[in-house]
Amino acid sequence: MSRKKIISTLSALIASLISSFGAQAQDIPRTSWGAPDLNGIWTNGTVTPIQRNPGDPEYWTPEQALAVEEAAYSRRVENDRFVEGQVGSYNAAFFDLGLKTVPSLRTSLIIDPPDGRFPELSENGRQRQQEARTFLDEHLFDGPETLQLTERCILFGGAAAPMMPEPYNSNYQIVQTPDHVSILAENGYAMRVISLSRDEHYPENVEQWLGDSIGHWEGDTLVVTTDNIKYDRYQSYYGVMYNAPTSDNIRVVERFTRIAEDSIRYQATVTDPDIYTAPWTIETFFAPHEGPMLEYACHEGNVGMFNMLSGARYEESQATNQ
Amino acid sequence: MLVIPHSVRRMANKATSRFTTFFCFLALSTISSAQEINGRPDLNGVWQTLSTANWNLLTHGAGKGGNDDIGVFGAIPPGGGVVAGNEIPYLPEAAERQAQNFASRWTADPEINCYLPGVPRATYMPYPFQIFQSDNHITFAYQFAGAARIINMGEPTEPPLESWMGWSNGRWEGDTLVIDVTGFNGETWLDRSGNHHSYELHVVERYTKLNDYMMAYEAVLEDPLTYSRPWTINLVLYRLPQDQIMEFNCIEYSEELLYGDLRKQVDE
Repeated sequence: MSRKKIISTLSALIASLISSFGAQAQDIPRTSWGAPDLNGIWTNGTVTPIQRNPGDPEYWTPEQALAVEEAAYSRRVENDRFVEGQVGSYNAAFFDLGLKTVPSLRTSLIIDPPDGRFPELSENGRQRQQEARTFLDEHLFDGPETLQLTERCILFGGAAAPMMPEPYNSNYQIVQTPDHVSILAENGYAMRVISLSRDEHYPENVEQWLGDSIGHWEGDTLVVTTDNIKYDRYQSYYGVMYNAPTSDNIRVVERFTRIAEDSIRYQATVTDPDIYTAPWTIETFFAPHEGPMLEYACHEGNVGMFNMLSGARYEESQATNQ
Repeated sequence: MLVIPHSVRRMANKATSRFTTFFCFLALSTISSAQEINGRPDLNGVWQTLSTANWNLLTHGAGKGGNDDIGVFGAIPPGGGVVAGNEIPYLPEAAERQAQNFASRWTADPEINCYLPGVPRATYMPYPFQIFQSDNHITFAYQFAGAARIINMGEPTEPPLESWMGWSNGRWEGDTLVIDVTGFNGETWLDRSGNHHSYELHVVERYTKLNDYMMAYEAVLEDPLTYSRPWTINLVLYRLPQDQIMEFNCIEYSEELLYGDLRKQVDE
């Protein structure tokens, strides 16, 4: 080969190797193997509601967003008042959604359907929902299985796909390797492992509360598909976050894109044709969180479970005695 | 820094052009090395020990299990110990406590409740764990109870609170990952035989890859409230031929035991 040809071939090879992760966003941090860097501690807490309030536009102006944030702050101060004689409950010190709306200025986390609200439930979805309500009306507090997954410390919403902002501890540590992305959610201290090397999900008989997540890079976006999701028939999948049942056919596709030094854009599309009449998509943004992440040993300290069940048994015994 | 292997040098001497060598070599160096991450030994993967240390850290013979209903499923298997000198140097009171633990081990071992196993027990449970090692971050995920540990690879910090899995500060000493663990809450046991520690436990772990499939693990334990001197655990970790750990969220399997007597009684 002539020297000239070698140099041009060499240049072409270097260029193609560099562009294997996409040539956009040159200024985002990258790992030593060239992938967009998702490593770090991040938080997606926000005061933007999941669903758009009827009458709200699709986007706020910056001034409107600021007003929303100030209102959220006022509500927090108001809720923090001590009321004589009341046992008290979650207050401003406990909730930790932050004080910011999402940087996109959208008025809801749901970006599809276009009205920013959950799609209608199907006939089967409505039946399942009614069945759950009936069951819980009759059997709530019968035993641990009748309580929420969060109350049992089995599953908190942020750990699983889709990653909804949690009311508190909505912090995540991402450690990303060439073959895996691990996401440790502080709320419930649950570790979700995303495989970048498998092609197929586990067989149907394997069900996991966190599902089975397989990801791959599309340019600079990490696309993750989660299947094999285990669910409770009567409890909503995410416990406190929203109330809809789940079926065997639920599937979630997430997209993580580091768009700036201090931001990861996150989108997640949930498809469950047995329950919803259409897929729905949320968009949130992860901002750096100073940390550190702290262990949340939920099950080990679950006095709430003991109190709820023994309280219910006591109430029943009082009712019987009367 | 690029180090040119001897094999490539020999190829270079045979090749007619130095550019060909540089070309092949550049191609190799831009592909992520399976052996190193950011200049450090690559510990990524799924690992598990083959010992029976979770039953008993010291050498032990076979024994009857705690539940006749499940026959041999619950029996104690024999196994060699993993403690240097085959002795845990308990202080007198701590030795009594271990004997009491042993007598009540079929009910009092926190593992039975799916409680977090702590360090170093999480390492030698009969389930795999996975190491995630990035350029500057390391985290461990254990299959049992979804236990997880963040390893701080920056400047060491003090534990802000006590925890089940402790507070881990990591550093490299040559090719060995050294993890210094403090901040335990003293609630975990070291095995199913009642070996124990207090909240003063201090563990120094050393992970050293021996080859692609084996890693040497050493843990030195000291605890002025429990032991008269530091003592050492040594074992080998083997790489599992699987992509990742699976989910073993055992909480559901402990609920009957923990809350069964609080269930609503249904009249027959």
